[in-house]
Amino acid sequence: MAAVSLNSGLILAAILFVIGFVGLVTRRNLIVMLACIEIMLNAAGLAFVVAGARWGRADGQVMFLFVLAMAAAEVAVGLALAIRFRKTLGRLDIDEADEMRG
Amino acid sequence: MTVLFYIAGAVAIIATIMVVTRSQLVHALLYLVISLFAVAVVFFTLGAPFVAALEVIVYAGAIMMLFVFAVMLLDVRAQKPPRIPWSAWAGPVALVVVLLAELVYGITLQNHALAAGSVGPRQVSAALFGPYVLGVELASMLLLAALIGARHVAAEPTDAPAGEADAGATGLEEAPEVPPAPEGVRG
Repeated sequence: MAAVSLNSGLILAAILFVIGFVGLVTRRNLIVMLACIEIMLNAAGLAFVVAGARWGRADGQVMFLFVLAMAAAEVAVGLALAIRFRKTLGRLDIDEADEMRG
Repeated sequence: MTVLFYIAGAVAIIATIMVVTRSQLVHALLYLVISLFAVAVVFFTLGAPFVAALEVIVYAGAIMMLFVFAVMLLDVRAQKPPRIPWSAWAGPVALVVVLLAELVYGITLQNHALAAGSVGPRQVSAALFGPYVLGVELASMLLLAALIGARHVAAEPTDAPAGEADAGATGLEEAPEVPPAPEGVRG
């Protein structure tokens, strides 16, 4: 069924990861930054699944499941923080958060 | 099957680039859904149908729904998003090109073929209930902690103390008495 080579899958995962990374570094909107983190986590999960498919075992898919659960937990807390951010600072621009309050 | 992999991979890459470059937030989220669907097709071509279904159901379904609800709650359409100048992209893109070149070089040092046949839900479930059962329990605890933490972080600071104070003051008087156990009940 799988005629793809290992390198093709890993290179696809690497390309998706670096695209998410450049988005995370460049964009200033908080929710877009969270979406870029999700892109990177998805790419890492793809690498896990590709690695599991190389040996024909279920371990890669199990790792992807754990990455998925972790990403869901992180998105929940991250979006809650984004809501607090917006209510406190008025905008979703991370450049607004430039001082700490004691 | 290889052709399907490359087509889905190209769709995923293009959709991900669109996520990163869109100025409208909802457009970026829609392109992210497309990217997640394309990665699910990639999972199918790799012989991993279980995580393909999980990707669609959990990632493109539940997690993106969280994003859409957050955008709905935050009401972001009021402001026109400012354009990011091209000079802001130059540095990160240069660094990322170097990183990608390094990654591709390291990946292509050796190559293997993927195992034939698909690893279906039966094998994944056997692994989850076998060696990885502790990880499953920890993941459920993590999700519970995230749920409670998100509720408390996102709640208004005036809600909880007033509500709890009122309930604490009147709760004892209004608590119903426990009825006596009927005849014949043991334990």
